[in-house]
This record gives sequence, structure tokens and C-alpha cells, in this order.
Amino acid sequence: MIRIEKLHKSYPIGKDSLHVLKGIDLHIKEGEFVSIMGSSGSGKSTLLNIVGLLDIHDEGDYYLNGQLIKDLNEKKAAILRNKFLGFVFQSFNLISYKTALENVALPLYYKGMNRKERLKVAMDYLDKVGLKDWASHLPNELSGGQKQRVAIARALVTNPKVVLADEPTGALDTTTTDSVMDLLKDINDEGMTVFVITHEEEVAEQTKRIVRLRDGIIISDTPTKAAKAL
Amino acid sequence: MFDLDRWREIFQSINKNRLRSVMSGFTVAFAILLFTLLFGVASGLGNFFKSAFADDAQNMMFVRVWKTTKPYKGLQTGRAIQLKNTDYNYITEEYEDKIQYQSARVYKNFSIKYKNDASSYSVTAVHPDHQFLEKTIMDEGRYLNERDLREKSKVIVIGRLVKKDLFGEKPALGKRVNVNGSSFLIIGIFSDEGGDNEERKTYIPISTAQMMYGNNDYISQINLGYNPNLSTDAAIAFGKKVERDMRKKLNIHPDDQSALSVRNMAEANKFVSILMFALYLIIGFIGSGTLIAGIIGISNIMIFVIKERTKEFGIRKALGATPGSIIGMVVQESVLITTLAGYFGLMLGTYILSAIGNSLEEKYFIKDPTVSPGIVIGATVILILSGLIAGYVPAKRAARIKPIEALRAD
Repeated sequence: MIRIEKLHKSYPIGKDSLHVLKGIDLHIKEGEFVSIMGSSGSGKSTLLNIVGLLDIHDEGDYYLNGQLIKDLNEKKAAILRNKFLGFVFQSFNLISYKTALENVALPLYYKGMNRKERLKVAMDYLDKVGLKDWASHLPNELSGGQKQRVAIARALVTNPKVVLADEPTGALDTTTTDSVMDLLKDINDEGMTVFVITHEEEVAEQTKRIVRLRDGIIISDTPTKAAKAL
Repeated sequence: MFDLDRWREIFQSINKNRLRSVMSGFTVAFAILLFTLLFGVASGLGNFFKSAFADDAQNMMFVRVWKTTKPYKGLQTGRAIQLKNTDYNYITEEYEDKIQYQSARVYKNFSIKYKNDASSYSVTAVHPDHQFLEKTIMDEGRYLNERDLREKSKVIVIGRLVKKDLFGEKPALGKRVNVNGSSFLIIGIFSDEGGDNEERKTYIPISTAQMMYGNNDYISQINLGYNPNLSTDAAIAFGKKVERDMRKKLNIHPDDQSALSVRNMAEANKFVSILMFALYLIIGFIGSGTLIAGIIGISNIMIFVIKERTKEFGIRKALGATPGSIIGMVVQESVLITTLAGYFGLMLGTYILSAIGNSLEEKYFIKDPTVSPGIVIGATVILILSGLIAGYVPAKRAARIKPIEALRAD
């Protein structure tokens, strides 16, 4: 599903440049539940941005769903994101003046689906995350856990190939963290490829494979106990 | 542009950010309001100038004579100049193609009597064309015609107020009045936009007057309407030529203004049109300055708005919004606000102008200030364009923001 070969990425800082990713090789198959671990500055966010087509890599090859990602203009990137990727962010990133239902339906708007149909599909996904009764609420009327579940519903609504979660539990307490992770596990069990970035050991333990990054290189890539238990 | 979903997104965004939308709309509405008022006042001034000359035909010229003030060819100064029928006919033959209307005038003041009511009125002896030169409006009956002139008929056309003085509300047409001892038949009653004095006049055929009062062929003044196809400059040149030729014919010094002069409306028209041109130039400059200030105002607000919405655009982009769709959304919102607000300003301005109406005519020379449809259409186009510009520049910037940067902005 995701294949990365000898990936390099630097950011210019004044005259110098900061070499963030120093040759990453990573292969994630369809249906995997992978977490990227690393302290801040290890390059994990950069990696997610590149995988999420939110940023461009300098060197190496990146294949998404078998397609080589190269010389992508913004429009093509937007279409690919809409088609293949679902995002879950640490700070939820819901649009404040839209209801939960409208937030979930938004990716379908960019897909070109008509309003009636997309609200129906969005409602199905809200139901799936257990928030059907909260459909007409604005984000500020929801708890953190609820917001994140709305965001997960939004990430799933286009039926993407990969769900990318950037510190999905970073802003949540322990109980809600567990419920959000359970939700991600359920999604994975249904066959969805899930790619989580986290610095929390407990969160990573609940995925099936942990890739550890340090200073821009992969230092370990191991299946978790949860995976071995299967 | 006609994507219903897009409109729904825009209305939602405007509705959820009412204060912001109203503020940006206000800038534009105010700019357009000022623009409309400026142009309305300018057109009001123009209307006043035009109406100041509305009494007579715009293409009028008159040849007037008095006494010589310069000796010429052995003739002394102080010689009284008298126009005659031959001078009238000379003009007819000489300048036929440059003249639309022509009439002579002989001024008299007579007592006009009906039954026991009598009063003194100005009686002007004229040719039939005089009706068009003076813009006489016939309320009842008819004006003088060629047959009256040929037969030297004793007929008279009286002003509305003359009729009112002598007849009150009773009918006057077909009645006979006594003019300086002779009986005249009333064939018409007229009104005139020139005011009360003009409506206290009466007209009789010039041939009748010449026969009855002195049996001569004297004329007080010759009025001409130059061919309206002549340009203003050509009409002015024509007036100068008539002046030169007539002085030569009557043995007057070429520079003797007092002895014979031609007063030409074309010169006044030219003055008015230069004045109006200058006025519109100034107003146009100030007006477009106001509009530009309005556009810059809304542009500024849009920049602020976009900064405020950076994160939202980042989210939208992460979810699959193309840069084009972001630009389209912002521009459309901006065009909608500018157009609605501008239209409001335009309507308010038009309403104020119509409320002003003619109330400022006396003191400020502003008559019936309105904005022409051309200006309205022009302003509408400018509005939509300004909305496009005001939205496009910041929208382009918004679309260029990378989603990661936008999402980081908390």
C-alpha cells in the first residue's frame, strides 16, 4: 500500500539546511496497523506529512497504492488525498462553524457527491463511531473524545486506502484514549490500513507493528505483542 | 459559479461570520453611496445649466442692431441702424443650407381690450418659425402660419396669462380682442417654459404689423435657428460669418459691436459643455478614487479574513480541496458581498438623490440629480470586478499556504 525507498528530506534554515529524513525505507502492506514512534525531532511528523501528500520529499521514491508520487502539483495532490487518504489530527481540526454531520460530509463535497447522498453517507459513519445523536451539534459542544471520533468518521467517510493519524490521542485523557484506540483497532479489523504517529508507548503497543525513528533513520521495526498474540 | 453546494458553503460562511461580512460590505456600500451621490450632484448641476437655456431653442442665434460707435466709410458715429425685410431675405438666400428656422421680430407694446377689461401687453410681430425658436407650446388653437403672413390677417396668439387676465376661466379661442384700436381674432393660446413673463406675451404676423403700424418694412431683430447638424464650432463660425456679412452689407465698421451683433447660443452651449466636461472630469477622478479606496478597504478585510481562516483552508485542503476550489470560494464570497453591499449603496444613493429632487435648485443650482443607467451599469461592473480583485489577491495567497503550515497555525 505504501512503499518508501531511500527517502530524504531537508528543510532550509537560513543558509544551512536541516536534514530531517536520512534515507528511510518502509513498506506497509494493505490492512496493516503501524505506529511510528520517536521523540520530537526524530522526523516522524515529516514522514507523516510526506506520506500524507502534505509535503514533498527531496530524494528517493514513494509509491502510494502502487502509484509513484513524483512532481505532484497541488491539484493532483488534493485529488489523491481525497481519494486515498483519511486524516486524523491531534487537535481534531474540525471546522468550528459546521455541525458534526457537516464536518464528516465535507470530504464528500470535495469528491463531488450531491448533498443529499453525502449527508446520508456521513450519518452512517457518525453512527459507526457512536455519535448519531450528536449529528447536529457544533464541535465546541462536543467533548475531546467525541471530537476525535467525529474526525475519525470524517477520515473514513471517503472509504480511503489509508488512515493517517498524527498523535490521535495526544489531546485526550487515558479513558478516551482507550476508546479512540479501540475505534482505530475496529477499523483495522475491517481491513483498513492504519498509520499512527505517536510518542506514547501504550498507544503504540496497541498497534500491530512499531517502527522507531531516531534522527531521521529507522532504528527498529518490530511486530508488537498484540500482533504476536494473533 | 452556479454550483448550489458552493453557494451553500458561502452562505454558511457569511452567515456564521456576520459581523465580518457586514463590516466588509459597509466599506463597499459607503464607497458606492459616495460615488452615486457625486455623479448625481454632477448631473444635477448639468441639468440646471441645460434648463437655464431651455426657454429658447438651443440652436438659436439673433441679429441685433443699435447705433454705430465707430465711423466707417465716411459715415458718422451715432447713426441708428435699421434692419429691413431685404436684410431678412438676404439671410434667407445667403445661408439657406445653414438655417433651420428663421423669424424676424418687431416689438410693440399695446393695450389689449376685451369687453371692459384692458391691459398693456407686449405684442411681438413674428414669422411662423418663431414658434420653434421660442419653443412656444400651443395649448389651444394654432400658431401663426404662412397664409396669415401672406394675407396680412388680423389674427393674434396670446399667452396663457393674457388669456387668464382678460377671460378668466371662460373660453378665449375664436373671440375678438381690441389691439390698439383694431379688432384681432384669437387663433391660439400658448404656454412657455420660460416663465410668467413669456406667457404674458402675444404674437401677430409680421406682415400685418408692418402694414398697420407705419406701413414700412422695418424689423427690430432677426432670429435664426442654425442647422442642428452643424457642430458647435461650425455654428460659432457661422455666427461670426453672419455678423461680418451683415456689417458689410449695412456699411458698419467690421469691429462695431454696438451697431450690429450676433448673439449665438452655440457659444453658450460650448461654454456649458466645457464646464460640464471639466466637472465630470473632477467628479470622475474623485469618484474613482472613492471606489479604489473601497476596493482597497475590502481587500484589506479579505486579507484579515483569510488569515483568520488559514486553518480552515488547511483542513479543507487536507480533505481534498484543490487550490482552485479555495480561490473560487473566497472570490465568490467576496464578489457576493461587494455586489450586494454595492447594490445597497447604489439604491440608497439613488433614493437620496430622488428625495433631493428639485429642492436644491434655488440655492445650489442642482436640478433633478439622477444617475444615468450607463453609470449604474458601469458601477455594477466595477463592483463585480472590484469584488473579483479584492477576493482574488488574498485568495491566491490562501491557496498557496501549505496545509501543514495552515494546520500548525493554532
